[in-house]
Amino acid sequence: MLFLIILILTFICSYFWPWWVMAIIAFIAAFICNKKPGLSFFMGFAAVFVAWAIVALLKSLPNDNVLAERVAKLMQLPNWPLLLLVTAFIGGLVGGVAALSGALVKKAFFKK
Amino acid sequence: MKFIAILVCALTLGLVWALQTQFGDIPPIGKFLNPGTGFWQNAEGKDKAKDEELKLDGLQGKVTIRYDEHRIPHIFAENDHDLYYVQGYLTARDRLWQMDIQTRAGAGRLSEVVGPKALDIDRYHRRMGMTYGAENSLRGMMKDPESRMMVEAYTEGVNSYIHHLKPKDYPIEFKLLDYAPEDWKPINCAYLLKNMSETLAGGSDDFAMTNNLKVFGTATVNDLFPDYPFHEDPIIPGGTKWNFTPLPIPKPSGAFIAQMTDNIKAKEIEPGVGSNNWAISGSRSANGYPILANDPHLNLTFPSIWYQIQMSSPTVNVYGVSLPGAPGVVIGYNQNISWGVTNVDADVMDWYQVKFRDNSKNEYWYNNRWNKTTKRVEVISIKGQKPLVDTVIYTHHGPVVYTNVAQKPKEGREDIPVGDACRWIAHDESDEFKTFYLLNRGKNYDDYRKALSYYTAPAQNFIFADRDKDIAITPNGKFPLKYRDQGKYILDGSDPADDWQGWIPYNQNPTVKDPPQGFVRSANESPADQTYPYYLNWRFELYDRGKRISDLLKAMKNATADSMRMMQMDNYSMRAHDVLPALLKYIDASKLNKEQTEALGLVKKWNLRFDADSEGAGVFNAWWLKFYDLVWDEFDNSNMILNKPSFDRTEKLLLTEPGSKWFDIVKTPAKETCTDIATMAFILSVNDLIKQYGEPGKKWQWGDIKDTHINHLANLPGFGTGHFSAGGTGSVINALKGGNGPSWRMVVQMGPEVKGYGIFPGGESGNPGSYYYDDMFETWKDGKLNDLLFLKSADEKSDRIKSTLTLSTK
Repeated sequence: MLFLIILILTFICSYFWPWWVMAIIAFIAAFICNKKPGLSFFMGFAAVFVAWAIVALLKSLPNDNVLAERVAKLMQLPNWPLLLLVTAFIGGLVGGVAALSGALVKKAFFKK
Repeated sequence: MKFIAILVCALTLGLVWALQTQFGDIPPIGKFLNPGTGFWQNAEGKDKAKDEELKLDGLQGKVTIRYDEHRIPHIFAENDHDLYYVQGYLTARDRLWQMDIQTRAGAGRLSEVVGPKALDIDRYHRRMGMTYGAENSLRGMMKDPESRMMVEAYTEGVNSYIHHLKPKDYPIEFKLLDYAPEDWKPINCAYLLKNMSETLAGGSDDFAMTNNLKVFGTATVNDLFPDYPFHEDPIIPGGTKWNFTPLPIPKPSGAFIAQMTDNIKAKEIEPGVGSNNWAISGSRSANGYPILANDPHLNLTFPSIWYQIQMSSPTVNVYGVSLPGAPGVVIGYNQNISWGVTNVDADVMDWYQVKFRDNSKNEYWYNNRWNKTTKRVEVISIKGQKPLVDTVIYTHHGPVVYTNVAQKPKEGREDIPVGDACRWIAHDESDEFKTFYLLNRGKNYDDYRKALSYYTAPAQNFIFADRDKDIAITPNGKFPLKYRDQGKYILDGSDPADDWQGWIPYNQNPTVKDPPQGFVRSANESPADQTYPYYLNWRFELYDRGKRISDLLKAMKNATADSMRMMQMDNYSMRAHDVLPALLKYIDASKLNKEQTEALGLVKKWNLRFDADSEGAGVFNAWWLKFYDLVWDEFDNSNMILNKPSFDRTEKLLLTEPGSKWFDIVKTPAKETCTDIATMAFILSVNDLIKQYGEPGKKWQWGDIKDTHINHLANLPGFGTGHFSAGGTGSVINALKGGNGPSWRMVVQMGPEVKGYGIFPGGESGNPGSYYYDDMFETWKDGKLNDLLFLKSADEKSDRIKSTLTLSTK
């Protein structure tokens, strides 16, 4: 559930708002869903990871990854899939810690 | 527990902040990589061929744009305002970042976006008077109603595009440097012209030549740096009559005479870079009409310096290349005429020694009295730092670029003297766009001549051919009226006799129409022979390319566009033709070891062509350069910048003065001769080649040892071509060398129906994520030209039209 909420909202919001809005989404979603902190981190990470990878691929595949290949070279990475991995990982990391924050805040301040 | 929660929240915020912030040259990682607004959004799908309809503020009518298979726009507008508006709009759509960064470079505003590392170059551009010159040019443009209309409509169009741009759509370079596009201003169009002037007419050897005079004395300098070359084939054919009465030539100043008669002992220019153009008359072509060819040699970059475009309105229908940031077509053709340009290396930048009254530098000595200087304050904004406020002192000549040594950056341009004021044509009021406005609409020779009269700088050899079967060439620009050799050395800023004494009248610029030889051509060499009454410069580009073009054209019969295309790819070296037999005569082959003898074999059987697969070309090239360096060892001076004699003078030395004292190497006790130098140069250069590429053989192929590449405009790794194997070199017609070469190859066959062919290395789009970023590169590399699609009307059918964009007012 938490995974799906973050994934879908991150996907949709990426077209309208700055990228860091996904951290707010992950925070609130984790806060509401009230899962264990470890699990929240994992869900947040995986959801944003997948959402970002999909958004990137939707642009990159019709382009035959020409641009991704060039930017990978620019960033001294061997190939574009690694660049995609880095992109998704960074998104995932932020999503993960944001979800973790949400879960921890809930646990520390709003629960007995 | 609470503590941990707060800590993790803080960590999250810190992470987001870090990913949103630029550290040094690394773009903000989160902002750049996120797929919603970051670089992934710049990836364009392959199939862009969709019809579009857009409504834009400020258009007066409907505009139809047909895109062909290379996404070259063919604009059909109902009026001229809309035509230039849409040129601005479409150019911005494809090349916005290029337009932004080129303007910033000219305006000395790079530091604003890249930080202090660009400060020296910004400061140089400000102190050089680029802003001052652009303001003056803008004033000139705005005085003319047509130029004003073009510049204003173009500006409107660019801004219309910028205003609709969302951050996710910013060109990738904006995202990398983390800044946003700003509104286009009319002065930006002027900056573009100043950039061209800087590239093509912004160098000077006055400083080095003055040093030469101090070190070697007048007699030697006159001998080694003559006013007319040994080998020459001037642009205006010898024997052409000058049908005008020249103005009186100014008298040399007192200081100049003293300098030249006094007996007291009182940056090398890269030769072979320039451009070619030629036109043959109907008598030499297969269809009886003229053919015109042009290939301007400039820095090759992605995106290209050129943008192809067809522009049509009720007053004009023209096809050619434009400069992103400037309205109109610069090189091209319409149904009646075709034209092209190469650079004229006239001396339009001079330096004046200034005597200030005191350290306040409020007054300077001129015409036997103290005169007021003016001061111009330049404020340079710097990313991440406080702005730098720089005051530049101006005399009536122009800016004192470096008032003291401390202002001159160590890595800066060596050729700029300290304490001297700069008189530069690019500082003057001008209106070059009017020339292109008129050429774009030109119908015949008279229109061509009229268009040229509006042109100031950078001076160009304007070549011309038309449907009336006329051909012509005019080395054209606003040329100062000077005494012979005025400005060869630094001038006296206190003497009015050293000022520019007016101008050569436009109709007295060298020109020729329909010469009996049946062709006209230029390759940056001397505009005219020594019968031309005015002084333009003491040195021009070497004759090699021009002579080869003449030789080929003289033999041309029943020529077609393809004959011209093959000529543009010609790699035959006139230099090798002139000097190789002498070098081979003087070399002492008995001193060579096995490998060196093998290398000598390569160069002996070489066909004198700088072809990509040639194994001899590289040997000759290295040999000649080493020979040149060894001959002129007297000019190696670490204390001051000196000017070395030209290749032309070196050729004369080798061919006619083998006993010259210059062959001696001063550092050695022995007395070297021409034979010693030729042999030593060969051994040293061949040893270098062996060290770098191994034994003589396949690895010595010219295309592989010559570094040829096209970089992204900001030299971003991965965004250029990398090294590729190609023939050519600076001194042959196919002047491709390093990152410089034929930036646009065009051939136009005149006739009842005009037919154009052309190619530039790159593509229409400046987006590295577009298929149209480099789609024309391979065709260019293979030496082929594309058929240019010249539509007569918006409705003309062609299977090459892939999509249509319709624009109308809101």
